[in-house]
Amino acid sequence: MGWFKRLKDGIQTATKFKKEAPDGLWNKCKSCSELTTIKELKENLYICPKCDYHVRIGSHDYFDIIFDGKYKLLFEDIVSKDILGFSDVKTYENRLEAAFIKTGLKDSISVAHGKCGRKDFVIAAMDFSFIGGSMGSVVGEKIARAIDYCIENRYPFMIIAKSGGARMMESAFSLMQMAKTSVKLAQLSRNKLPYFSFMTDPTTGGVTASYAMLGDINFAEPKALIGFAGPRVIKETIKRDLPEGFQTSEFLLDHGFLDFIVHRKELKERLETVLSIFNTDDQMEEVA
Amino acid sequence: MVFLEFEKPLEKLYEQLDKIKQVGEEGDIDVSDKIKELENKIKSETKEIYSNLNGWQKVQLSRHPERPYTLYYIESICKKFVELHGDRYFKDDKAIVGGIGKINGQSVVILGHQKGVNTKLRQYRNFGMANPEGYRKALRLMKLAERFNYPVVCLIDTPGAYPGLEAEERGQAEAIAKNLFEMAQLKVPILCYVIGEGASGGALGIGVGDKVFMFENTWYSVISPESCSSILWRSWDHKEKAAEALKLTADDMLGFGLIDEIIKEPLGGAHNDPEKMAKTLRLHIKNELGALMELTPDQRIENRLVKYSNMGEFTRITETAKTEEKQKKESK
Ligand SMILES: [Zn+2]
Repeated sequence: MGWFKRLKDGIQTATKFKKEAPDGLWNKCKSCSELTTIKELKENLYICPKCDYHVRIGSHDYFDIIFDGKYKLLFEDIVSKDILGFSDVKTYENRLEAAFIKTGLKDSISVAHGKCGRKDFVIAAMDFSFIGGSMGSVVGEKIARAIDYCIENRYPFMIIAKSGGARMMESAFSLMQMAKTSVKLAQLSRNKLPYFSFMTDPTTGGVTASYAMLGDINFAEPKALIGFAGPRVIKETIKRDLPEGFQTSEFLLDHGFLDFIVHRKELKERLETVLSIFNTDDQMEEVA
Repeated sequence: MVFLEFEKPLEKLYEQLDKIKQVGEEGDIDVSDKIKELENKIKSETKEIYSNLNGWQKVQLSRHPERPYTLYYIESICKKFVELHGDRYFKDDKAIVGGIGKINGQSVVILGHQKGVNTKLRQYRNFGMANPEGYRKALRLMKLAERFNYPVVCLIDTPGAYPGLEAEERGQAEAIAKNLFEMAQLKVPILCYVIGEGASGGALGIGVGDKVFMFENTWYSVISPESCSSILWRSWDHKEKAAEALKLTADDMLGFGLIDEIIKEPLGGAHNDPEKMAKTLRLHIKNELGALMELTPDQRIENRLVKYSNMGEFTRITETAKTEEKQKKESK
């Protein structure tokens, strides 16, 4: 298995990953068709300078933004395995291999520890580019280990969700990750450590119906698609068109499921503020 | 009687049996030997068919129109039962039913998905597809159980949580997530039984417990075979293949260590002898609760944490990890 060896080598050398953000010199905005150079877009945190559209970015981009580029990746040696011998039009093995090569990532979630402001912080962030950000055993295991790590060190925890839902190729194993992550978050909660759920475009299916909705604070990027069932399925079920803005961040805020929406440029500052208010035991601020 | 496709050979035998019985009633001919012979043949044929069912056939059986549903079991196994309604926020969901009852002398909260038994009631029950208020009603009842130290029994039978517009507005995802989170740390014992269809988050929303069991002819999966077919094969025609690929039978689930035990059904499925099925369930609940009630709430919660933390299969790609795993195994 060539890709497996490459994966192993990848661990030993520097972590090479490709950003989910677009390559090439120019980017055409999906929302307003404005042309922007990639350089300009990147400097603007992948937000369209004209219409504020938030381009989908990857886990490492968020780590860069929040941790100022200084962070340690955790649990990178955990990778997916074809438990069921699953095969549809492609085999799961082939899908995995293609995803490894395309993204340079180990799975649809990466965990990093760094400092946000003065506070130690652990983030598990998802990548849509890896099989649609689907949740399989690896996602559950990395979240579980990240939570253990947070409990051990008394760090606050955040998950950045970006997922089409469950990974069908792991069938019931994938389903049980909803239970596994929720059970672990309950443990984190009993340990009185804060958990923030940050939803980005898109957050749907089993991911929404487990850890994404369980934050002590739930928030999202502007105009992200967030829901349980996908819009296409709902449309087919109710046999009429969906109202404008249905299942967007703004819709969820209005219906009481989000605490706030945060612009990508204000993300770091907002997190610093929130983290400075939540005191975890060993990081009590000095009383004046 | 309703015969599924793979039961066609049985349909013919039953037809023959009916004819012979009729002949016996009309004339003076003694047909008792012939009847006995046919009945034996039906029995052996049923055994033969039912011992070799594939994934898709089990899915069909789990949806058999004559299969007993939650309320049948509740009425059969509870000496007393009072149905409780409503989530106290929005409305009463008819797709999830529940209440307080007594089983084997023990007060319990028992709840589950409910499908309708005829065309009109199927609509009324929304085909067993719950809205957020159904999950919230279930949680309300579980919290009631916790307050009075009664165990909880959950019966799972749903083609999925309802994918509707209002369901999204009222937070279908939040309702399910909250249940997973709360069931993880409920202080009283929770027993979960998949009695029919176990489809995705809609099933899991009342499916986290100390023990999870599946009836023999049921299925549990992240997605229905039909939806899986439409997404991965981009057509509805590959549901049989999808059912195989998803490895969704009780045998598969037990093999993966994702459930605790398979509950045997009467020959020919639960609908062939509902009374016997209900009795099996009642006795099973009695045995399981006995053992679970002896543990402290903290022990049960800790056990649940370990149980669900162990669910998942993955590879570790560094040598150190491999030695670590090895050491872990040896120290066990
Ligand atoms: Zn734009």
